[in-house]
Amino acid sequence: MAERFKIAIVGSGPGGLSAAARAAERNESHVLLEAEPHLSNTIFQYQKGKFVMDEPGILPLRSPIPFEAGLRETILGAWDDATTRLKVNVRHQHEVSAIKRRDDGIFEIKCKNGQSIEAEAVVLGIGLQGNLRKLGVAGEDLPFVQYQLDDPEAYEGETIVVVGAGDAAIENAVALAKQNNVVIVNRKDEFGRAKKGNEAAILKAIEDGTIECYYNSAPEKVEALSAGRKPGRMILNTANGRAQILLDRVIARLGATAPRGFVEGCGVVFPNKDPASVPAISAQYESNVKGLYIVGALGGYPLIKQAMNQGYEVVEYITGTAVEPADAPLLKAKFTNLKGIGSVDQALAQIQKNVPVLSHITPLQMREFMLDSDIRTPAEGEVIFERNDYTNSFYSIVEGEVRIAVEGRPAPVILRRGDFFGEMSLISGRRRSATVTAGANCIMVETPRRSMNKLINSVEAVKAEIDRVFIIRAIQSRFASEANAAQLAEMASHATLQRFKAGEYVFKEGDEGDSLHLVRIGSLTISRLIGGKDIVLTYVAAGNYVGEMALMGESSRSASARAAIATETIRLDGKAFKQLISRIPALKLRLQKEFKERTAANLAMQAMPGGGDIISFLMAQGAGEATDILLIDESLCVRCDNCEKACAETHGGTSRLDREAGPTFANVHVPTSCRHCEHPHCMKDCPPDALRRAPNGEVFITDNCIGCGNCERNCPYGVIHMASKPPKKPGLLQWLLLGRGPGPGEAPYDPKATKDPKAKKAVKCDMCKDQAGGAACVRACPTGAAIRISPEEFPTYAQSRR
Amino acid sequence: MHDSLLTHAKSRYLWISLALCVVSIILYVWHDPGIAPNGGSWLGYTLGTVAALLIVWLMLFGIRKRSYSTTIGTTLGWLSAHVYLGTALILIALLHCGFQFGWNLHTLTLVLMLLVIFSGFFGVYTYLRYPTLMTRNRESATRDAMLEEIEEIDQNALSLADGIAPEIHGVVLRSIENTRLGGGVWTQLRARDGSDIAISRVRAAIEKRETQIGGPPPAMQAGQTMLVMVDFLAGQADDKQSEALRKLIDMLSRKRSLASRVARDIQYQAIMEIWLYIHVPLSVTLLAALVGHIISVFFYW
Repeated sequence: MAERFKIAIVGSGPGGLSAAARAAERNESHVLLEAEPHLSNTIFQYQKGKFVMDEPGILPLRSPIPFEAGLRETILGAWDDATTRLKVNVRHQHEVSAIKRRDDGIFEIKCKNGQSIEAEAVVLGIGLQGNLRKLGVAGEDLPFVQYQLDDPEAYEGETIVVVGAGDAAIENAVALAKQNNVVIVNRKDEFGRAKKGNEAAILKAIEDGTIECYYNSAPEKVEALSAGRKPGRMILNTANGRAQILLDRVIARLGATAPRGFVEGCGVVFPNKDPASVPAISAQYESNVKGLYIVGALGGYPLIKQAMNQGYEVVEYITGTAVEPADAPLLKAKFTNLKGIGSVDQALAQIQKNVPVLSHITPLQMREFMLDSDIRTPAEGEVIFERNDYTNSFYSIVEGEVRIAVEGRPAPVILRRGDFFGEMSLISGRRRSATVTAGANCIMVETPRRSMNKLINSVEAVKAEIDRVFIIRAIQSRFASEANAAQLAEMASHATLQRFKAGEYVFKEGDEGDSLHLVRIGSLTISRLIGGKDIVLTYVAAGNYVGEMALMGESSRSASARAAIATETIRLDGKAFKQLISRIPALKLRLQKEFKERTAANLAMQAMPGGGDIISFLMAQGAGEATDILLIDESLCVRCDNCEKACAETHGGTSRLDREAGPTFANVHVPTSCRHCEHPHCMKDCPPDALRRAPNGEVFITDNCIGCGNCERNCPYGVIHMASKPPKKPGLLQWLLLGRGPGPGEAPYDPKATKDPKAKKAVKCDMCKDQAGGAACVRACPTGAAIRISPEEFPTYAQSRR
Repeated sequence: MHDSLLTHAKSRYLWISLALCVVSIILYVWHDPGIAPNGGSWLGYTLGTVAALLIVWLMLFGIRKRSYSTTIGTTLGWLSAHVYLGTALILIALLHCGFQFGWNLHTLTLVLMLLVIFSGFFGVYTYLRYPTLMTRNRESATRDAMLEEIEEIDQNALSLADGIAPEIHGVVLRSIENTRLGGGVWTQLRARDGSDIAISRVRAAIEKRETQIGGPPPAMQAGQTMLVMVDFLAGQADDKQSEALRKLIDMLSRKRSLASRVARDIQYQAIMEIWLYIHVPLSVTLLAALVGHIISVFFYW
């Protein structure tokens, strides 16, 4: 007979630990199952001495265990103390392999160590890290076989076998090779999965002989040896037969199994296949499986404090205690400028009732949505956003109306209660396409990009509705000045969304023209095959159409369109389009005029030798997703580094650009510096949502950065790094006349500052959005070598560089 | 788009400077002080004031360049104006003194001013010429990357030489010790490094070895290319050491080309900076002389 508890908590991270502590405090029967021999593995894995932050600062903590910003060691120590003090029933090394709900409502929990436990309710707090993949052969748990490496410097003079071909394995192998004899074992014949830099580093190390590599090989077993100089050996299966390596240590870096499979195995349903999607949970954190609760990052709440509050609340809910969520006062504050709306729950329900697109989401998602959003009550005539702003928030109209001034249209488009707007910039990552002003008695909800994307990824109905409206509006903005609503609806009914990977062809030169495409996300290059070589003629950014030419006159494509980065287009059917233009002569005339202009521009580019090569080069550097990129003309650059100095001087002493690094083609140099991508990679996984986009397009980091380094890892261009705030510098004249402190652009020195781990936060280029004159790097260049341009200017730029 | 300091803003400051010169010349020709033109007439004083103000303003560029958050124009605009107005200063100062020279502080001030301006001309020349040369020389590598590669080649060459013969090892070790990149001003400007010597020494060692083995000594003549030597060595394919030596020569050649590229890189950078060490101190001296010039003029008035 298995042991039975009232509440079983899986995972001792902030959420699970807090839940277990609350259950212990309330003397509820409980058990906390943890796979590792220590608590909170994710935080345990942080590097030693890391400063852990406690964002969001405005949210109060509600948990029997303490938590405030501080060193990793301090926090873990306090948690260990609290766990002991509250007599939490922790079972270490109980890795759960299956959770099954019986018909009588009792959960059966099976652990990998053979133990089995029964519980009335289960709280899943397993986070998103997943379990580390093991070798999967005999000897995988021997003491000298490890799956992590904290400090490569800790080993010296050993023979170490690194298993794996990913970034982690390569970084470990290269770091260890400095003072050890390293062998790397790769199942395949190349390191294609790794980042370019890492791949180059490992191939070089192998070529130099500092690392020995077994390609096409897999471990067969690991054994401990009792005699001889080495404590163990690994038997390898290689392409040429078996091999034996005598070793001191095995480090296997085989990645982690994402927890999703396990969670789905428990019966929990995810809304779609998108890896970013999170399971839908109720306001009481209950999943679709009755009695199975989800807290923390797995449910979409990545911050420590949120998870801890949820852990506390979930125990209250399970035991039937009503408790107002910790965020209630925050939500209440949001509704203060709405009169006569009643309680928070009533207000939320009212908003969901008024805005159909939000009616599909669960109450908990709605709370989260509103917590990130703002209620806005603009006065009549107030501008919500201007055309060409770079903002990317999403607006839902709760009451009243707004007016949208569409270019080329005399009367504004009116949107009313229940409509939404702002989805174009949200999806394309580009400038606002129209100016929006408030109408009478307008009440709106403004939602930032991240929360909206999270919602779109988790609720299929929201995505479908937004896509539908996007297509209609995209068609409207292009053809509305000539066509009427019925004709547009006809076009929209034949439209489909298509995705293209970077480098994939949307259509090829000579293909039959059966459709036209509106670029919705990403960008395209237009090229022609001239003399056996693909010559890039121009660059097409999101929001523009391609493929009309073939539908206007001749029927085959005159040029190829190719995705410069991952791209999504709206494909409009050629027949419907041809019908439309045959009915509306004015539209035909306008399109013909545009057609002529484009052809002329293409011909000019074609006539210019090497012009398109610069665009091709820039695209190869990832400029296709940029909104603003720093280029240096090396025939003008005198290498004075005044740009870097200016950057450091205007940004607290740390330069965010590396002038010298980066490739050069035909004297055009792309330095390592932020390009302010349309869909910034750095924003992808920022727990406190500290990465934001300013109205002029600057992607910047706000002060609530927790220094986790995710953005640094996610940036493919290496333009973000972690830095601490340097001490204040003396003024220019003090330096000049009295020799005080470091001079302009010189690195600040303060031995005390480097010891203080508190200050490390992510820093990146903010395009000097707080500087009156604009980008300091460009303004400080004495020779005019540095400029910042947007990809729309690439064709002109290429032509200027003959 | 990119804009050089000479063509900045459609050469706005060139036209302003030309206008200033033309006005000054017209006034100079039109003005008749009664005696020979000199600094003491009203026009002389006016031109002198203009010139003095220009000198002070031109020197402010040093501060403007380091004022990174100022919004008064761009550094490029300032430098463009600095160059053109600085050039115009030659004419204005000459008209100011009415082409009167002597062995005195006044003429010293003028000479200092001309030295500062002509050193500036050299600066403009280097700014226009060397950036392109530098890019071409670097072949897309950074200086650090090249230095790292040299270090790596040194290590590999040393371990390879170790397996050949002690004297070769010694030669390679000495060559590593002799490779000096950068250093004093003169070394930087000459762009020399010690890596050439190594190759000739290795070649000598090969010759010596071949003689010892008893094979015919190769006909090594001056001007013979490395290629011939390599071919010769490859001909003795059965000899493992020849193979290793051939490799070593490849390495050392690569290193030589890298080292000379780094040395050249340093040289270009040094040339682009060296003139400032004349331009700036001289301009401070000029300012001192200018103060003396003005005070003495008023003192003897």
